[in-house]
Amino acid sequence: MTDTAGPAELAGEPILDLLNGFIAELREAGLPVSLTENLDAMQAIRHIPIEDREAFKYALAATLVKNNAHWRSFETVFEVYFSLRGSKYGIDDDTLDSDLADLLDDEGREGAGDEGQGQSGSGGGDALTPEELQQLLYQAMMKGDEALMRAIARQSVKRFAGMEPGRPVGGTYYLYRTLRNLDLDGLLEKMMDQRREKADEAGEQLSPLEERLERDEYEHRIEALKKEIEAEIRRRLVADRGVEAMAKTLRKPLPEDVDFMHASREEMVGLRKALIPLTRRLAVRLARKRRHNRKGPLDFRRTVRASLSYGGVPAEPKFRHPRPHKPEIFVVADISGSVAAFARFTLMLVYAISGQFSKVRSFVFIDGIDEVTSYFEGVEDVTEAVHRVNTEADVVWVDGHSDYGHAFEVFHEKWGKEIGPKTTVIILGDARNNYHASQSWVIKEIEHKARHVYWLNPEPKSYWDTGDSIVGDYGVHCDGVFECRNLRQLEKFVDKLA
Amino acid sequence: MTDPRFDSVQEVREGLRKVDYLADEGIAGIVYLADRLQKPILVEGPAGTGKTQLAKSVAEMTGARLIRLQCYEGLDEAKALYEWNYKKQLLRIQATGGEGDSWNAVEDDLFSDEFLLERPLLEAIRSDDPVVLLIDEVDRVEVETEALLLEILSDYQVSIPELGTIEAKQIPLVFLTSNNTRELSEALKRRCLFLHVDYPDMEREKEIVLTKVPDITDNLADQVARIVRSIRQLELKKAPSVSETLDWANTLMLLGVEQVDAETASSTANILLKYQTDIAKAVREFAADKQGMKAFAPGPK
Repeated sequence: MTDTAGPAELAGEPILDLLNGFIAELREAGLPVSLTENLDAMQAIRHIPIEDREAFKYALAATLVKNNAHWRSFETVFEVYFSLRGSKYGIDDDTLDSDLADLLDDEGREGAGDEGQGQSGSGGGDALTPEELQQLLYQAMMKGDEALMRAIARQSVKRFAGMEPGRPVGGTYYLYRTLRNLDLDGLLEKMMDQRREKADEAGEQLSPLEERLERDEYEHRIEALKKEIEAEIRRRLVADRGVEAMAKTLRKPLPEDVDFMHASREEMVGLRKALIPLTRRLAVRLARKRRHNRKGPLDFRRTVRASLSYGGVPAEPKFRHPRPHKPEIFVVADISGSVAAFARFTLMLVYAISGQFSKVRSFVFIDGIDEVTSYFEGVEDVTEAVHRVNTEADVVWVDGHSDYGHAFEVFHEKWGKEIGPKTTVIILGDARNNYHASQSWVIKEIEHKARHVYWLNPEPKSYWDTGDSIVGDYGVHCDGVFECRNLRQLEKFVDKLA
Repeated sequence: MTDPRFDSVQEVREGLRKVDYLADEGIAGIVYLADRLQKPILVEGPAGTGKTQLAKSVAEMTGARLIRLQCYEGLDEAKALYEWNYKKQLLRIQATGGEGDSWNAVEDDLFSDEFLLERPLLEAIRSDDPVVLLIDEVDRVEVETEALLLEILSDYQVSIPELGTIEAKQIPLVFLTSNNTRELSEALKRRCLFLHVDYPDMEREKEIVLTKVPDITDNLADQVARIVRSIRQLELKKAPSVSETLDWANTLMLLGVEQVDAETASSTANILLKYQTDIAKAVREFAADKQGMKAFAPGPK
């Protein structure tokens, strides 16, 4: 086939420029796109019908994104970048209304028939009152009618979001306004009621299982509606502010780059999800590393023994099997306010690969300190254990403000004797001590006895030793102080540790 | 060079459907692209979502031979590419030893095709008839061993020092699968198209159940797919895979179940889920006394 001359333009722009811009945007978002991948993408889009948006997206994704964790970032950039390109995706309020009207005209859809208004043909969307729109939405959702749902989503954004050109508010604000007007929680309950009634009419009762399944189904549909609304808002914002500006505001860090201290709730969920495969990968890698470095020091006795079969020439040197040391780990974590998330992730990670250590003990503190090792014993679900740590551990001594000095003193007094030459102590915290005494002699003492003492600080390096942070006081006695703000850095440290 | 195998994405999709593999738009599109661009496909995703099956189905659809290289730790050149049959070479030397044959003649002879043992990768390259090459679980080999694959993946050729470069007679379709136990090297990823196969959405899963489980009713398949979707939404150690869904549907058929209720679901949950904590969680979710609580709980979840 010689159809290599693909479309040179898309929506009036040379495709080459468009793609280059898109790839530049991907790189800005942190995705590693190499030159060859760029060329591949160019090749790929020659082979697919450019007007088929889904195919276009998959072709780009297959050539440019080689890691599933990056998919979301890709999708966002894609939506922003191509949202206004292509005829179907322009913004035109007139077609919007007539779309809805067309859909209502279709005989198959009874529209707002229950309300008996029969407004179809009378000018479409704008003619509907909010209540009618609400009712229409309810019916579309009940039936799972996607086309109608989409039209309503666009209509409601137009009507409820109250978007004004040039107003510097984020998309979430508009999303909130739209959703508040649609009252989706109420909708869900209404749909469930309706479903139950229907079952009652048919003379049967919904079993709890069925009930749950129905609810899942409806929730699923509502999620789809929300996505549709978000997309519409994004489209309008892009139209208003331009692609580059929007791409910048929507740019989200990749999961491994999300800052622990400032992660939003949604990002936290993403982090938790990313953590599980990460621990699995880490465990495999560490186990492999252990198996691979097979050569220990020369085993003199066995070498001599083997040399006998060569007439006393040590032709075949024998080596000892190395006994890789499995460190004993003491994790001492600050779980006050802002650094709690960080401590949680580190604890989860350390316990997930606890097979790599001979023993793991954990202590948490705010101004008092408590051992929480037992929470993790015999527990399969680390998440649950971490949750218990946060709620049950006895860590408050006076006022519940971080006091590293006191916590360390108590730690030394109670458990200091148990630190031996095999122990690695890891301290997690930002060392913001609220101007209490540092008692850094404890760390010095521990460092004498322990194999290693490491300090992980979730704050950016430039903040260290500013304000009440005294990480420097402690740091001089540690074998290493590491900035540990995201999963990537955490993974690197744990890799080094085992 | 090889002619394209497919004319359109649609053709790929229908072809796969004929051999009972239900591809979604993305899967079919990328197979089509791989054929056009003559590039390997790196298939990644959770276990049991049909990654290996995809390669098998494509082979079946195109009537090509499937050559499979199962990767494992310690895989080396001799197992993946080629090996000299040194015993035979030894025999050759001994057979001519003493007779007037010049050493040069023997030496030329020793490193000829006759003494070459083909391994999967070389076999795929040298095959005359169309082949589909499946490199399974590529994440199991060490990073260093990955380099073995690079030449064949980008140029479809194998260099053997004694013989020179062997180029492919036809470009095979290549699938690499990975369970993502480690990050693959950039070099390998760059040479491939990337396809992430995730759990199918409910409609597709239902269709899969309908095609793969003989005699199942539409109603039961629908229920199975919906229950599995609900279970996947829970936070589990290991979510049920497609193959487990199929096992479960088969079990239900064997038990003669027509309508799945909470009790049946709980008693057969061990087929879908493989960890005790997961099973307990799912059973709890489906337990009967939830009804009252759920009805009053505001909002989703």
